[in-house]
Amino acid sequence: MAKTPQKNQAAPSGKTAGQDDKGSAPSSDRLHGHTQVTDDAPGKPELYDASEDEMLEFYRQMLLIRRFEEKAGQLYGLGLIGGFCHLYIGQEAVAVGLQSALNGDLDSVITGYRDHGHMLAYGLDPKVIMAELTGRQAGISKGKGGSMHMFSVEHRFYGGHGIVGAQVPLGSGLAFAHKYRGDGGACLAYFGDGAANQGQVYEAFNMAELWKLPIIFAIENNQYAMGTSVNRSSAEDQMFRRGQSFRIPGIQVDGMDVLATRGAAELALEHVRGGNGPIILELKTYRYRGHSMSDPAKYRSREEVQEMREKSDPIERLKAKMIADGHSEDDLKKIDKEIRGIVSDAADFAESSPEPDLDELHTDVLVESY
Amino acid sequence: MSTTKMHAIQGVNAALHQAMAEDEKVLVLGEDIADPEGGGITGAAQGLSTKFGDRVRSTPISEQAIVGAAIGAAMAGYKPVAEIMLMNFTTVAMDMIFNHAAKLRFMSGGQTSVPIVIRTLTGAGWQTAGQHADHLEGWFAHAAGIKVVAPSSPADYKGLMLSCIQDPDPCIFIESAGTMFIPSEVDDDQGPIPLGKARIVQEGTDVTLVTWSSQCIRAQMALEGFAEAGVSVELIDLRTISPWDRETVLASAQKTGRVLIAHEAVRDFGPGAEIAATINEELFGKLKAPVRRLGAPKCPVPFAKALEDAYIVQPADMIAAVKGLMS
Repeated sequence: MAKTPQKNQAAPSGKTAGQDDKGSAPSSDRLHGHTQVTDDAPGKPELYDASEDEMLEFYRQMLLIRRFEEKAGQLYGLGLIGGFCHLYIGQEAVAVGLQSALNGDLDSVITGYRDHGHMLAYGLDPKVIMAELTGRQAGISKGKGGSMHMFSVEHRFYGGHGIVGAQVPLGSGLAFAHKYRGDGGACLAYFGDGAANQGQVYEAFNMAELWKLPIIFAIENNQYAMGTSVNRSSAEDQMFRRGQSFRIPGIQVDGMDVLATRGAAELALEHVRGGNGPIILELKTYRYRGHSMSDPAKYRSREEVQEMREKSDPIERLKAKMIADGHSEDDLKKIDKEIRGIVSDAADFAESSPEPDLDELHTDVLVESY
Repeated sequence: MSTTKMHAIQGVNAALHQAMAEDEKVLVLGEDIADPEGGGITGAAQGLSTKFGDRVRSTPISEQAIVGAAIGAAMAGYKPVAEIMLMNFTTVAMDMIFNHAAKLRFMSGGQTSVPIVIRTLTGAGWQTAGQHADHLEGWFAHAAGIKVVAPSSPADYKGLMLSCIQDPDPCIFIESAGTMFIPSEVDDDQGPIPLGKARIVQEGTDVTLVTWSSQCIRAQMALEGFAEAGVSVELIDLRTISPWDRETVLASAQKTGRVLIAHEAVRDFGPGAEIAATINEELFGKLKAPVRRLGAPKCPVPFAKALEDAYIVQPADMIAAVKGLMS
């Protein structure tokens, strides 16, 4: 297939994609309704046509993540959570939109260290997630992994990984298992714009396409690789094109719009389930907080963050749509109240449950023991 | 002589400023390391990019490329100082470090050298868990062709960093979290401190305690406990793990006849085993007790605070071990 420079298939200006976007600073204007696809993409994703119940569930889940993360930030400030803690605030529409499209009994998920939101989007009990953050025996990894290393193998959620980009080859292995077993499942492997500059990611791309593995490489482009902006760290900052030399098609959507992320997930899942090999989904999003709790984020302006919050907030955007569709503010306030209760209970549980027994140092090191 | 009170990282920062000013071949690269990104995760590179411009580069999150580029530039005559943000991330670049930086001089028959410094931060105690806190000095000390340096005091941070930069061979420079928060006076004209030379922190006659990096700090916290127990401890800060100062350690061991080695790394197959084996080989029959080692249990660094505290060798563990050696 000829690989001529791509046409921007979505931007109303009709300018050539890539050239004009390259090096652009984060801005809401470049997100809303902005979709780009490679020439070999299976199509252009559409906004998901959600039912009323689905919209409510998206709203509920995004709000749960937001409030949970705010609480985690508070507990961190109080010294109840130690170590590194990477909050998902601002990026909620990515995990909720993508994971809502999965078959929970079949598909697998793997991600990096900014993983609380992905756990919550799975419907996992916020109590055991928060208890992991506070390092308690009741935590989902018995307090041994903490914020960055969460697992729920029962739900086919394979972590929570602390080494930038390392989850991507692991995701290929999960996808290989789906294909080998012939179970029709797919792997959703998340990583960030920073991890996209790890060499092992490209080894995984090559293998996944070569073996036509059912894997969605979901690049959560929050526009900062730790403290270095994507423009200062990436020669090709249009991440959806990063698979082109491996013949992996790519789609870029507004990651601050849950209906856009869900719509893109539908198209991507259809592609990978159809035996067509991997696909890249670039979700352009934005994290409001620092890279981790210890990052004051001095590398960007307050105005930039404020603009994104005001114009692109994924929860406010969905809320506005729901109200326009006839939902009453009171109904949504009831959800807000319910979520605050759930998060408050999770925090109480996480603060009051016991710490691990010291014998835990010697358990789970091997299947048996030394 | 004038002095300045500084933290360990300020010692590194002072060394980098001095080395870059003295030698235009010194380059600095690493993730988030330029001033717009804050001068590195600990601020060790603060001010460098403002002062030295393009000689200081914030890189993508690409450890293999960071170390690879440093090696290439080194072979072409430069002296790169690469920051690998955390020591666990050196494992991502292990091929570059172990198969390339360490071996190219030997395999080229001495035609090239690889004068790079890899600065890297680590250390348990901050609940960063299994992928961000390991002390891996033993991995690198096992490799032929690399020097491994792990200071504990601000003056040593500065002086040993200056030596690593001047050294013609690859050096791993370990910056341990446990050493970072105790400021002390450093001579303003503090120059290079020779690699491979230990420092006797306190002289003693009953027990030789060999430590480095964060465990030297914890050993200093135990000094009062040793005194209360009536044991005269000679505390040695090894400072360089490879090559290590056999002369100083063996002389002390011969004098006291009792040796305790304490390191933050996992005890089994740790650097302490090499030191203990050497002492046994050289001083068998002259020791008053078997050489003892303290190190972490064979367990990944745990997250939960209670587990992490139990994982790290604490001052109380050293006091108990020293008493045990005397009984």
